[in-house]
Amino acid sequence: MNIIRQLFNKPWLSDHADIADSSNQTQCLKLTQTQSTKTALVFFLMVVTVLFFLITITFLSRSQYPDFTALSGPPWLPFSNPVTLWVNSAFLLLASVSIRFSVISQPFNERVAHTRMVLALCLTGLFSCLFLIGQLLVWKQLTASGYAVNGNPANSYFYLFTGIHGLHLAGGFIALIRVVFIFVKQADNERFRASLRLCVWYWHYLFIVWMLLFALLTASSGTYKTIALLCGF
Amino acid sequence: MKEIQPVADDNHDDSCDGYNHQPSGFIAKYVWSLDHKVIAIQYSVTAIFVGLIALVLSALMRLQLGFPDHFSFIDPTSYLQYVTMHGIIMVIYLLTALLLGGFGNYLIPLMIGARDMVFPFLNMLSFWTYLVSVIVLIASFFVTGGPTGAGWTLYPPQAILQGTPGADNGILLMLLSLAIFIIAFTMGGLNYVTTILQARTRGMTLMRMPLTLWGIFIATILGLLAFPALLVSAIMMLFDKLLGTSFFMPAILSLGESLDYTGGSPILFQHLFWFFGHPEVYIVALPAFGMVSDVIATHARKNIFGYRMMVWAIVAIGGLSFVVWAHHMYVSGMNPYFGFFFATTTLIIAVPTALKVYNWLLTLWRGNIHFTVPMFFAIGFIFTFTHGGLTGLFLGNVIVDLPLSDTFFVVAHFHMVMGVSPIMVLFAAIYHWFPLVTGRMLHTGLGKLHFWVTFLGTYAIYLPMHYLGFLGVPRRYFALGDTNFIPDSTQTLNAGITVAALIVGVGQLIFIFNLIWSLRRGKKAVANPWQATSLEWQTPQCPPVHGNWGDKVPVVYRWAYDYSVPGHKTDFTPQNKPDSECLLTDKGGL
Repeated sequence: MNIIRQLFNKPWLSDHADIADSSNQTQCLKLTQTQSTKTALVFFLMVVTVLFFLITITFLSRSQYPDFTALSGPPWLPFSNPVTLWVNSAFLLLASVSIRFSVISQPFNERVAHTRMVLALCLTGLFSCLFLIGQLLVWKQLTASGYAVNGNPANSYFYLFTGIHGLHLAGGFIALIRVVFIFVKQADNERFRASLRLCVWYWHYLFIVWMLLFALLTASSGTYKTIALLCGF
Repeated sequence: MKEIQPVADDNHDDSCDGYNHQPSGFIAKYVWSLDHKVIAIQYSVTAIFVGLIALVLSALMRLQLGFPDHFSFIDPTSYLQYVTMHGIIMVIYLLTALLLGGFGNYLIPLMIGARDMVFPFLNMLSFWTYLVSVIVLIASFFVTGGPTGAGWTLYPPQAILQGTPGADNGILLMLLSLAIFIIAFTMGGLNYVTTILQARTRGMTLMRMPLTLWGIFIATILGLLAFPALLVSAIMMLFDKLLGTSFFMPAILSLGESLDYTGGSPILFQHLFWFFGHPEVYIVALPAFGMVSDVIATHARKNIFGYRMMVWAIVAIGGLSFVVWAHHMYVSGMNPYFGFFFATTTLIIAVPTALKVYNWLLTLWRGNIHFTVPMFFAIGFIFTFTHGGLTGLFLGNVIVDLPLSDTFFVVAHFHMVMGVSPIMVLFAAIYHWFPLVTGRMLHTGLGKLHFWVTFLGTYAIYLPMHYLGFLGVPRRYFALGDTNFIPDSTQTLNAGITVAALIVGVGQLIFIFNLIWSLRRGKKAVANPWQATSLEWQTPQCPPVHGNWGDKVPVVYRWAYDYSVPGHKTDFTPQNKPDSECLLTDKGGL
């Protein structure tokens, strides 16, 4: 482990930090903005993970209170058969797959590759928008069928989770537009592709988080009880 | 000793350092600036400004406690508002912002040999977002009902129920302001961490970084992981307040009426809040630990004792700070095994913390101590921090904490450990780095006067406060009323504390005057006036100009603590000096 080795350095003995070590440490010389952005993205996703993790913990804890009614279970509950959520998940999956296509297209022909990339990005935008619209429709359906935000803690958590996830996606969308804008403006192909690769990770992350939320929000009371028991709530 | 020869690289590519934003015109240079040094000053000035507001609020509180019924403008409502706003401003908007936004911004690029932060625009955005959060916070003083008076912990259900001051608008603005602050902090924090990891100059290994940077680095990671807990609790409480959800709100009667809330858990909020709240103590303390280490080493002309141990202690304290939060909740009730767990982890933190204190003392031991103003404050810090830390051992134990909880003992403890101590370091740091920032020295006589008033004054305030706590005097009470178990003499003590507090408060005017006066008329600082080794003092111009390093960024050959090294020409060897220039050999010079 590099970091452990570094922490065991004896900086007061100058001959312990040899030239090789020194040059390893100074990647900044060849640093591009993209490498920094990558580090920042890792930390940002860590922050977002903590955010979702903490809400999940409170959710599991809150689910053990008597007034909590899960949204899934008996057939009359809205997410016993969550078709709409499956459709939305498919949109997000397609968005995640299409953005991946935008970076793996090998340029056997520059123009074809370019066209494929533009098409893949357009599809990413389209599917992401469809996902957001789909989530809004689920909100509308829930409200119309009497599952308002303040009706039950399970409802409140559904709106809270999906709302924050939606904002997370919207933030990524703005970043993606910025990346495309940089490309159009400067046509710095290398930097553009590197930034795009970060967007790909962002979209994959969005999809994984959504699937975990999906599993959590559509589980039954029994499942919550088991998880809460395992967590010691 | 083998000399390290870094690979020659005269054509060093500076584009990675992200400083290609040479400002043109006054506004670009001083208002919408992308320069980390200007942003640091903007952060600092804003933080000190709100800190002064909080200082005035504390004086108002003390007036009520020391001389009750003398001031008609202080009523129970406004008293609770002062308590709340004083606490939250001091902890978050002053200390966090000044230590990380101010000193972090100024020192990180200079100490690692970079030209700027890696994301200068994000850095600027971070400051302006912070400013918005401060404006929203201050706006709550002017809305109907005034600011919230729920206490800085903002516990539900009372924080959002009628009867608590500011339950209509004040609490909304407070939660909103906190959410904005966290966004600002996240933008800044991502920048600090990335810059330290990615933009260090050639030769600057992690273990050659000054401890200031280690403190700031780990504190920023703590902040990035802990502030989401506050954000989550703020958002969920906003839902409870605005949308009628019951995350934290139990079924409750208010003013004789049953409210619509059902079955929420206020304890859940407490867990979330303290999951943020305890690491917050170290978000403030770790940068202070780092800065005081550098000040002590520089002014004692000695390498810091146990550098590696100091780094590990910072990392260990950071890690442990996430598993102690429930020691703030012993009286909220919990499984006794949890109480045992949290008491144990809390006491374990004393080990790396005590290591640090020993190392500071051992650095001073037989050092060539220069009694400069920064050194005065640094030594003052060792006193106040040890004092506050020891009372923490009392409160970390469940059995001892229960009777002392919510008494003035707790107030005295946390003011010593996370109020006075970091502020002592902040003063030490300001006196130490002022010449670098402004090119002028602060007045030494005024500085020493400021130190003695502050140091002795804070002891006059907080030492007796522990006794008040032992007697059972509760905190946050507007008036004690007829309380049989509290003797009348506590009132005399309270009056004494208030007088001391007012003297300390007024004493800070000496500092403000010194700042303003020295800015124009202070003695001009020579380059590197303290003869320090770390990189920030080695810039070609003092104060450093835009881009920090002129044509070439520095190369680092050693750690930051080569003071009084036998065989060296001077008693300090800058990090960027090769051995050939500093060794006292036949060839080398003397």
